[in-house]
Amino acid sequence: MPTPLVVSDVAKSFTMHLRDGIRLPVVAGVSFSIRAGECAVLGGPSGAGKSSILKMLYGNYAADEGQIIVQHEDGLIDLASASPRTVLAVRRQTIGYVSQFLRTVPRVSALDVVAEPLVERGEEREAARDKARTLLTHLNLPEKLWTLPPATFSGGEQQRVNIARGFITEHPILLLDEPTASLDARNRDVVVELIAAKKAAGVALLGIFHDQDVREAVADRVIDVTAFAAGRIAA
Amino acid sequence: MTDEPLLRVSALSKFYGSRVGCETVSFDLWPGEVLAVVGESGSGKTTLLNCLSTRLLPSSGTASYRMRDGQWRELYRMSEAERRFLMRTDWGFVHQNPADGLRMTVSAGANVGERLMAVGDRHYGKIRATAVDWLSRVEIDEDRIDDEPRAFSGGMRQRLQIARNLVTGPRLVFMDEPTGGLDVSVQARLLDLLRGLVTDLGLAAIVVTHDLAVARLLSQRMMVMKDGHVVESGLTDRVLDDPRAPYTQLLVSSILQV
Amino acid sequence: MTDIATYNFAYLDEQTKRMIRRAILKGIAIPGYQVPFASREMPMPYGWGTGGVQVTASIIGPDDVLKVIDQGADDTTNAVSIRAFFKKVANVAVTTDTASATIIQTRHRIPEHPLNAGQILVYQVPIPEPLRFLEPRETETRKMHALEEYGLMHVKLYEDIARHGRIATTYAYPVKVEGRYVMDPSPTPKFDNPKMHRSPALQLFGAGREKRIYAVPPFTDVVSLDFEDHPFEVQTFDQPCALCAAENVYLDEVILDDRGGHMFVCSDTDHCEKRREEGHRGHLAPDAQLALERTEPAE
Repeated sequence: MPTPLVVSDVAKSFTMHLRDGIRLPVVAGVSFSIRAGECAVLGGPSGAGKSSILKMLYGNYAADEGQIIVQHEDGLIDLASASPRTVLAVRRQTIGYVSQFLRTVPRVSALDVVAEPLVERGEEREAARDKARTLLTHLNLPEKLWTLPPATFSGGEQQRVNIARGFITEHPILLLDEPTASLDARNRDVVVELIAAKKAAGVALLGIFHDQDVREAVADRVIDVTAFAAGRIAA
Repeated sequence: MTDEPLLRVSALSKFYGSRVGCETVSFDLWPGEVLAVVGESGSGKTTLLNCLSTRLLPSSGTASYRMRDGQWRELYRMSEAERRFLMRTDWGFVHQNPADGLRMTVSAGANVGERLMAVGDRHYGKIRATAVDWLSRVEIDEDRIDDEPRAFSGGMRQRLQIARNLVTGPRLVFMDEPTGGLDVSVQARLLDLLRGLVTDLGLAAIVVTHDLAVARLLSQRMMVMKDGHVVESGLTDRVLDDPRAPYTQLLVSSILQV
Repeated sequence: MTDIATYNFAYLDEQTKRMIRRAILKGIAIPGYQVPFASREMPMPYGWGTGGVQVTASIIGPDDVLKVIDQGADDTTNAVSIRAFFKKVANVAVTTDTASATIIQTRHRIPEHPLNAGQILVYQVPIPEPLRFLEPRETETRKMHALEEYGLMHVKLYEDIARHGRIATTYAYPVKVEGRYVMDPSPTPKFDNPKMHRSPALQLFGAGREKRIYAVPPFTDVVSLDFEDHPFEVQTFDQPCALCAAENVYLDEVILDDRGGHMFVCSDTDHCEKRREEGHRGHLAPDAQLALERTEPAE
């Protein structure tokens, strides 16, 4: 099995300049890899740095040190030191991300929010919308909401739009930050199905799931983040 | 798709006497990329924008632009005629105050058509049809085409200014606080419109703003300026979610949450 | 030197005339380009043709024959006083006959009678800058001329069509000279624009208040700006001159009474008189009936 994502010795801390430059270490020595077709889950109590790791893998947080090697197109790229432009290309083609919350854009319909990542990858808008419709139907989002901007949706509805947006593309790596947090049981099961389908398609998945049932249903293995705790050493 | 930047800026500095306007600013801008320049008043972001758009000559440094024929040209070595031609064909400039970028005493249609006439279009019917098309793209009713912008609201004026700039299909647009001075709801509409146009047309843009929400919505990359210097730059969401420079942290923490 | 002892020949001193001639020569060398010159105070108010008078004063010689018209007429105040002025300060021969004049100073018309090589037409110009109404900054309009940025001129014509359905500019209609400079032909009706094109006469333009001189040398291309789908057209009149029955000439409306009575007559008085001398009669000519009786059997 290929290994499209290798993380080695990554460390992250926050320096709070507004609070006399106090340094808050988050994680250190983060090392793991994800194989294609597996779903790994970051485990550990809240505050252990699970979300920070995920955000570093998406380029949303900067890593202080270490390497994040990603199989991108035909080469390997170190995301920790890549230029913004490369990070954008990796996000477009290689790494998908489902965040906890949907960042809404005024006046853009739910359907187009979902279809957008495909359009960015060069798909025809109508074809992309068709796929978006299929996914939103699958996730039980009422059809009357599709043409509305999601800003006024409930948390669960927004979350489903967000999931559809994350799952619509065929990114070889998919990061999931508590995608099921505000879903009911029926929709959680749909997400579990979607994850299984991604695994079958050879996607490497890395996620955070607080929901025990979902975690057990999707996880091939758990990466214990407490092993990377940096607090005691650095402070 | 070419893998060359559109604009290369190297060690650009502008001094007003001994006072620093902006100092040793360097970056590359790629086609289709939106770069936000943020900072408070007096941080040098407008000076930088004016230097880049050649409205102001820098004290030192270079900026090169890849012309439509693929040739690289140094902006500050071009003749004024070439620069002015560039500014009304391949570039756009959206002013904060639409009155600075519009002809307030000629009709909306003529405002949009002016660039076309400037590059030699001489068919009234076609010029007008293009103006109608552009007005609809910026959500101005066709029946306002013969009205002067004086009769328009602030938001409409700003949308008209955008249409006037985009009608020649520029590849690079400079924007100076494009949503400044507009009501929040009008801002949202304008931002959404701009975002759509930038994506659809594959425009590269340099947007100066003090509004971090505008930067997040429009740009992929941003530069944070303070006292004429770039204190932090990178992916927009990285800079906003994981600010590293003390000043950026102050800026980000100063946003009112709603 | 007896009659004009108190003035230098043609009023202006020789240094001033040289300065103005240099400006004129430069203007001729760069057709349509507005040459700044040090306009002098003249013994008449601005707006009465101080620019044209200075140009005429600088080119006129003792052997010249001067004609002065104001809106086509030889006998209006402005024309009469300027003619009297040069008669006094230069002691030159004056005429109302277009063909025999060597210099014709004009306000707002070009004579109907075709001009010949060797004749000079001097225009009085109020506002020489064709871009002025849309661009108030002189620095900017100069730059626009220098860089040939004339899109704005078409913006003005566009506005005309948008508002009136056609190009409604009827006078001071912008022209492009020799494919380069856009020029204001002074407030002549656009009816006269075609007469400027490749005219055998030298055309000089003087703007006294604005301190500009420009020129169109003989046989120079003068093209009226337009749109492909709204081509340049001159005014047409649906009736001939009421006095001389001339067609295809520029007519003025003359009010006859306070009950709406009016007639259209030649704006060029010399042309009209010549035609009447030749026996042409319009329907309102005082002896029209006579003329009709005389000409009808022949038809």
